[in-house]
This record gives sequence, structure tokens and C-alpha cells, in this order.
Amino acid sequence: MIENKKNNNSFSFTKENLLLAERELKKYPKGREGSAIISILWIAQRQNKGWLSSDIIDYIAKFLDLPQIRVMEIATFYTMFNLNPVGAHHFQICGTTPCMLSGSEKLKSLLREEIGEQNSVSKDNLSWVEVECLGACCNAPVIQINDDYYEDLAVTDLKNIIDDLRSKKEIKPGSYKDRLSSAPDNKNIKILTEDEIEEIAKNRTKPGLEGKNA
Amino acid sequence: MLKNEDKIFTNIYGANSSEISAAIRRGNWDSTKTLLSRGKDWIIEELKASGLRGRGGAGFPTGLKWSFMPKEVKDRPHYLVVNADESEPGTCKDREILRNEPHQFIEGCLIASFAMSANVCYVYVRGEYVNERYSLQKAIDEAYDAGFIGKNACQSGWDFDIYVHHGAGAYICGEETALLESLEGKKGMPRLKPPFPANCGLYGCPTTVNNVESIAVTPEILRRGAEWFSSLGKPNNTGTKLFCISGHVNTPCNVEEEMGITLRELLEKHAGGVRGGWDNLLAVIPGGSSVPCLPADLCQNLSMDFDTLKELNSGLGTAAVIVMDKSTDIVGAIARLSYFYKHESCGQCTPCREGTGWMWRVMDRMTKGDASIDEIDMLQEVTKQVEGHTICALGDAAAWPIQGLIRHFRHEIENRINK
Repeated sequence: MIENKKNNNSFSFTKENLLLAERELKKYPKGREGSAIISILWIAQRQNKGWLSSDIIDYIAKFLDLPQIRVMEIATFYTMFNLNPVGAHHFQICGTTPCMLSGSEKLKSLLREEIGEQNSVSKDNLSWVEVECLGACCNAPVIQINDDYYEDLAVTDLKNIIDDLRSKKEIKPGSYKDRLSSAPDNKNIKILTEDEIEEIAKNRTKPGLEGKNA
Repeated sequence: MLKNEDKIFTNIYGANSSEISAAIRRGNWDSTKTLLSRGKDWIIEELKASGLRGRGGAGFPTGLKWSFMPKEVKDRPHYLVVNADESEPGTCKDREILRNEPHQFIEGCLIASFAMSANVCYVYVRGEYVNERYSLQKAIDEAYDAGFIGKNACQSGWDFDIYVHHGAGAYICGEETALLESLEGKKGMPRLKPPFPANCGLYGCPTTVNNVESIAVTPEILRRGAEWFSSLGKPNNTGTKLFCISGHVNTPCNVEEEMGITLRELLEKHAGGVRGGWDNLLAVIPGGSSVPCLPADLCQNLSMDFDTLKELNSGLGTAAVIVMDKSTDIVGAIARLSYFYKHESCGQCTPCREGTGWMWRVMDRMTKGDASIDEIDMLQEVTKQVEGHTICALGDAAAWPIQGLIRHFRHEIENRINK
């Protein structure tokens, strides 16, 4: 159940975030500023250490001149909005089939062992939750920690990440295999250099650029 | 194997810079003005002739879709909305376009918007793709600075603005009308069709929603010609396609290949083959989680294209190939998809809201063998009651994987129950 605890201090945007929020509003036609509700809630959630309290919902409703319930229905419909506090490092582990086939169950067990149950914050300020497909299936299993993806994780990689966070060390986002993004981890596949690509691009025939008006 | 000169995405792995200068060297933004000067009709006809079918899953001809937009702008502005809410389990190709080939994509947005008389384009990026969104925004800023977009884009006389919008975690927003609702700042609940978006879409205005990959391939198709694109692949299934290969292969990867490549060649040339060898293949889900799985015996000479897979009661979908070897608990793997659809149902239509939960609970028991034999037919019957009885295709998408499982692996479910 959603508790939606109150913050101690009432919320308002920092100067920097106010600018970001205003920039979001400008993306939409006059009278359609409500379109910015998701991005503005997200900016607020970031400012408030990863979760939305009820006074933030009030603040955003006033900010967008919308009824509070309209903001609340967005905050509850979209799963990236947290209505309870999360850890300083919030692990979102993908549990959907491609990640499951690649070992996410074992990673989940480790998270439970190390951090505790889902949606609880550990003493050292870590939390985790199982989420649905993160859209990085060729790099499964994947965990998103705050904004960054950590990919191709073995259990030992995840253990190291947790240990490093606990000892305040930097952690490296991206793939934990020796590979470039989602390229095949195959030494026989040659990746072309910029010069080679340029040469190929120049030599292509481009009938679309020839003839009339060209 | 697709030749290097026929590849559209030459920086899909980000081996080289995604910046504008590098993109220009790769051939992006090459004479865009000339393409625009050919006119809207030429662009749409050329795209139709290329045979490009939408890359977001449904495979609807892109040129034809564009032609549904009103010819002239009247009282309401036109919009192009790009669906970058990539969330279909197995699919992770648009992510690579957004972060490694953003200029190819932005150029496509300009051309598509011009062809449909839209001065504004919104790109709806899934909320989790935070860094991808930043990469795209950086490239958009570069394109504005270079004068490629904005007022008088590429000196074509056409004004064009592009805005990045993001979601916050909801698979349903990949459905085009749910995406429009979400873009309007509401819950992502699909709309009834008709009216279709081309008539009444974003803010009630004529709108076309396209997938990232469909848009990103258009500049190269126009430059190199419809004939070049349609010479690749198979009739009615032309061109190249980004395949996302995940699961039990030795080297999972995204790769651009020719449509109609055989599954075996695709897996062996690019993904290092099935773990434990080709004979260790149990089944594949050939087009993202929504399409029914195919057992190994149907995969022997399987051509990866829309029509072949449809004939086999499956689909190419997003070309996300999820490979399962013989160690897989296939009932559990499909049950996990049932959980996914239960989790992602928006709750608007009763058959989907109630049905996805019911199907998942039964699938969960079947995974453990805690069911009776006659429940298999009952489950099949319920999938048929959900399929086709909802506003959007999420109900179908929840039903199909289970139908595929029962069609091909009924014995597996029975064995567990009989144990």
C-alpha cells in the first residue's frame, strides 16, 4: 500500500530546477502545458532524493495549475515515480524473460541477501525493486542504478558494485563484459574505423540526389 | 551476410563519435536540402516504392501511413510523433540509434515532418533511457546550431522544431494512442479508433506516430533510392533491419541484417550461435515477447521476415529474437511474460485487466505442475476471450505467447501436471 509520507520541509524547486521545469513547459503549445507533467514530476523526484512526497504533489499541482488528483493519478500510474523513500542508490533490476534467461534470478537473490526485501531502504541507504523490461536485452541481465544501466552482470560483478558503493567508490556504468555497447563479443567481427566508413559512404551511388532540382 | 556498403547504421555500436561532424563524415545530412526540394509527393512515393514496412512491430507500410495525413494544413497543425518508448521485451535497437546514430534519426524526423507538413515533432523516449535522452538532446542542439533544423531548416524554406518528451515507466505508452494520451499529460490509456491519429491525434490534430528505426532509415532510402532498398530482402519484406538477439546465444547482440536472412545464419554469423550448438535449440521468440514462440523443428530453414513468420502463426514484430536452449524452463519463461502483461495492463478494458491476472495465476501454477489437464483447454479458451476484445493490442499480446506455448509445448505442460 502507498503510504506517501510527508516531508518535514515543504517543497519548492531550486533555482536550477525551476529553470529546467520552465524549459519543459515551453516545449508545448499554449494551453497544453499539462503535457509537461511527467517531466516536471521527474525533476521534482530527483530534487527530493528519488521519491515524491504528498507536499510535492501539492506543489506540482499548484505549479501546473491542475487539480491535485490529476497529479496524483500520474504519480501512481507511472512506475518510475516512487511514493515512498528510496535509497541513495536505488537498484532497479529487470526481471522480464530475456533477463531471466540470462541470470537475473541469481542477481535478485543477491540483492535480497545484501540489501533486504524489495522497497525497503537498508541502513547504509541502498534499496532495490524488480522492474519490467528495461530495453537493454542484448546486454542482459541489466540493473539500472539511479540513472545508469549496468549490463551483462554476473553475480560477482553485482557483489563488487554493492561493495564499492558501500565503500563510497565510483562504479562504472555500461557492460561488465569486455565489449562495446551491444556489439557481438566476437573478435572476428571487424568494427570499421571512421575513415573506412567515410570511404564507403562516399562511394555509394545516390540516385536520390541526381536528376531534377539537384 | 549484409555487405558493409549496404548498411544504413554504420555506428550502431558507438565505436565512433556520435557528434555531428562524425555523423556528416558517415554520410548523414548529405544534401538534405536536395531531398526536400524534390517535394512531399516524391518523398512519399519513393518511400512507398521502397517497400519499407514500419519497424515498430506491426509492419504497416510507412509510405502509405504517411499518405493518410491530410494533404493541406487547414485549421489544425500537423504533428509527427516518434515512438521511442522501446519496451517490448527483447527489443533494444532504438536505444542504440538514440545514443549512437542520433543525427541519422534527426535527419529522418525533418524529412518525415516535411513530407507530412508538420512543423513540430515530438520524440517520446521511455523514462528509463535517461542517458539516451541526453545524447539525443545534445545532437538536436548540434543540429540547431548547424542550421539543419529550426527556422528554414537546411535552407529549405521549411521551419522545423523537434522536442524530446519522456515517459516514466509504462509499457502501454508504446501503443500509439496511449502514447498520445501520455504526451498530453494524462495516464497512458489507449483511445478507441476511429478516429485514427492521422485525423485526430495529438491535441486533436492530424498526427502520425512512427517508430525510431522507421524514421532513421528514411534519409538513406531516399538518397540511395527505393530501388536499392527494395533490392535487399524479399518481395513485400524489403530492406535491412536491426535484429536484437538475446537469451541463450554465445554473443548476444544488435545487428543490422537483410530481411529474410535465415534464423540459423543470423544466430551463427553474428551471435556466436546457440549456446551448446544449433541442436541445443529448444525454441525462439522471433519478434519480441508478444509473438508466439516457435519450436526448434520450425526453425531449421526459417526466413526472418514478416510474411514467413506470420504464416507460421508467429510474427517478426520488432525483430527481437529471444533464444531459448534446451535447459530452459519454457513454461516458466512464458509465465514470466504473462506476469509482464499483468503488470503492464492499463486496466481500462475488463478482459485485459481481469484476464491478464487470471492467465498469469494459471500459468504460475502450470509452471509448478499444480494444475489439472482440463485447465489447459480452459486457459486456451480464456486467451481467446481476451484476444480481440480490448481497445488496444495489449490483450492480444498477452494471449499470443500462451497460445504459442500450448500449440507447441502442450506436452511439456502435461508432463509437469502428470508428475
